[in-house]
Amino acid sequence: MPLLKNEAIIKELYTRVEGEDTLPDRGAVLVDLARWQADRSALIARGSEIGVRLTSAEAPEAIADDLSQLSLVALEFPAFTDGRAYSYARLLRERYGFQGEVRAVGDVLLEQLHFMHRSGFDCFEFSSDQPEEDWIIAQADMKVWYQPTGDKRPTATQLRRR
Amino acid sequence: MYEYDEFDADFVNQRALQFGRQVESRLSGKLSEDQFRPIRLMNGLYLQLHAYMLRVNVPYGCLNSAQMRKLAHIARVYDKDYGHLTTRQNMQFNWIKLSDMPEILLELASVEMHGIQSSGNCIRNITADEYAGVAAEEIEDPRVYCELLRQWSSLHPEFSFLPRKFKIAVTGSEKDRAVVKAHDIGLRLHRNENGEEGFEVFVGGGLGRTPFIGKSIRAFLPTEHVLSYCEAILRVYNQLGRRDNKYKARIKILVHEMGSEAFSELVEKEWAEIKQGALALPQAEIERVREFFAPPAYEALPEEDPDFEAQRKAEPGFALWARQQLAAHKRAGYAIVNVSCSPVGKPPGDISSAQMEGFADLADTYNFGEMRVTHNQNLVLTDVRKRDLFDLWKKLVALGLATANHGLIGDTICCPGLDYCALATARSIPLAEKISERFADPERQAEIGEIYLNMSGCINACGHHHVGNIGIVGVDKKNTELYQLMLGGSAEEDASLGKILGPGFDEDGIVDAVETVINIYIDMREPNEKFIETYRRLGPEPFKDRLYGAPA
Ligand code: SF4
Repeated sequence: MPLLKNEAIIKELYTRVEGEDTLPDRGAVLVDLARWQADRSALIARGSEIGVRLTSAEAPEAIADDLSQLSLVALEFPAFTDGRAYSYARLLRERYGFQGEVRAVGDVLLEQLHFMHRSGFDCFEFSSDQPEEDWIIAQADMKVWYQPTGDKRPTATQLRRR
Repeated sequence: MYEYDEFDADFVNQRALQFGRQVESRLSGKLSEDQFRPIRLMNGLYLQLHAYMLRVNVPYGCLNSAQMRKLAHIARVYDKDYGHLTTRQNMQFNWIKLSDMPEILLELASVEMHGIQSSGNCIRNITADEYAGVAAEEIEDPRVYCELLRQWSSLHPEFSFLPRKFKIAVTGSEKDRAVVKAHDIGLRLHRNENGEEGFEVFVGGGLGRTPFIGKSIRAFLPTEHVLSYCEAILRVYNQLGRRDNKYKARIKILVHEMGSEAFSELVEKEWAEIKQGALALPQAEIERVREFFAPPAYEALPEEDPDFEAQRKAEPGFALWARQQLAAHKRAGYAIVNVSCSPVGKPPGDISSAQMEGFADLADTYNFGEMRVTHNQNLVLTDVRKRDLFDLWKKLVALGLATANHGLIGDTICCPGLDYCALATARSIPLAEKISERFADPERQAEIGEIYLNMSGCINACGHHHVGNIGIVGVDKKNTELYQLMLGGSAEEDASLGKILGPGFDEDGIVDAVETVINIYIDMREPNEKFIETYRRLGPEPFKDRLYGAPA
């Protein structure tokens, strides 16, 4: 599935390691929360970048103290109507100060991209035959924002005060 | 009232154009119906039994005459020449074509209106006391905070895919006309012992299948924190609210299952993290918004108007209407005028294009060009000089809007039911019409006195039947429509839920049953006792015994 980051398609750097599967010899890996918690030291000892993938039932509090070891947190949308990961992304960015990649995975659709970006996601794994065009469409619609989030877009209230 | 600036205007225009693009994607098949559904819902468009229904937000019930004329225009051009006032102070149109929607939204945007978040699992239109700013007993005007909440909740990126819909109501009066304890969040504006403004915060109220009265989780929240506190509540709910079962997904179930104390602890913990952040409201921002709600240019008038007294003596119809429909105003010489949209034998809350336009003219002539929609599906003129009341009444009579049944049995709350609604199990509008015909005599209604009769076409309770003094709900038993009767509900400060009295009745039977209940009340009431007071004193037994026969 195409990965979109900073308005462009990027190459997948991480090898997805599901459940108990063996780790590749080298290179960045993306593991589940349970694997991270079980194999923490072994994963760090590999010396490569680590990503953790959280299901929508796993709040990022579980990895809040580990974030300095991680370069990617992937948050799942099992269905686009399950909005828990919006809160998780904001907490990662605004509460825990995570600077790495926050990736939206699962049921990721054009019509939700803007909300995701506003909440702190910066990478999107979504099935589209024209992801870059979709990104432009998704960002072009709305240009007025009322909520202060970590995305630094100026809110209407802030602009009024200028 | 609030006026859009360039930001607000751009916002609704952009949103209308965006929906135009989305409708195109749907029509071309790029969006599936499953993907399109939440998008159209978040723009106020439902698919009902026979057609699309568009729900237009009336922000906390406030409308101006230009907006009302636009609603009339939409009803005439795109619908069947009428609209319907809802229990959430909105207006809905029942016969909309999908292909007309982009155009309708642009028309609405031109008068600062829209359907954003009038449906869907997001924060819905904020509702408020319909007498906000004018009620004699008001502590503070809640509209300032309604507007701040409206902006904060508009396309909130974090809270647009909640477990379920989310409703917030605000009041600033002792008397609760906003039913704050039947909302996901209810905010009661009051002053503490130091004279500072703040909110009592209720969460987890709601009707529907599993009704709950909201729990107070904070006695005093300084007003500058209202946005951050709501954000904290929503953030807890968004993460922990149940998503496995749509009937258990409202915040009331979460609060009930974990207990309001445990819930409030989580909220306080979350709030402590964000209260000093970007959502804290600077006093200057509160004042900026407050200016929009500055009182209109009232005249200095004596409290009593001699002509008004004389006109009432001369014209009994006017006297009856004035006795029933007026409420006390803050300012001397002014009155609050309740305008009933539940005439005898007609669907409660329906209003024709001609009535909308005529009413807009009256608002311009007598009420500074503004009006309100109430959760009882009626209209209000908030600032009428007493000396104008007689003229106003004559014009209301001509418009068919002078029914004198405010707070009486004819003024029912009623959901659309099986005539429109895809979820209904029974019809509710024809029943409301029958009941209002049974009690058509205004003298008889006045003799019965204050009573609230609410009815819903199914257990989803859009007609608020649990909090009606008399509640009626349609149930489906072996493919026949039956109606259950409940008594003892209240939507006011002393909010309570009604209890089912016994087995259901058919359509004629329920009308008789209501009449029997009323007759028992009249027989047994003490002087000046309202229906709800008599019921609370006697309990259900006398009513049960007469309706179902005394136990042997
Ligand atoms: S109460 Fe039931 S019938 Fe009435 S509008 Fe709501 S869902 Fe429809």
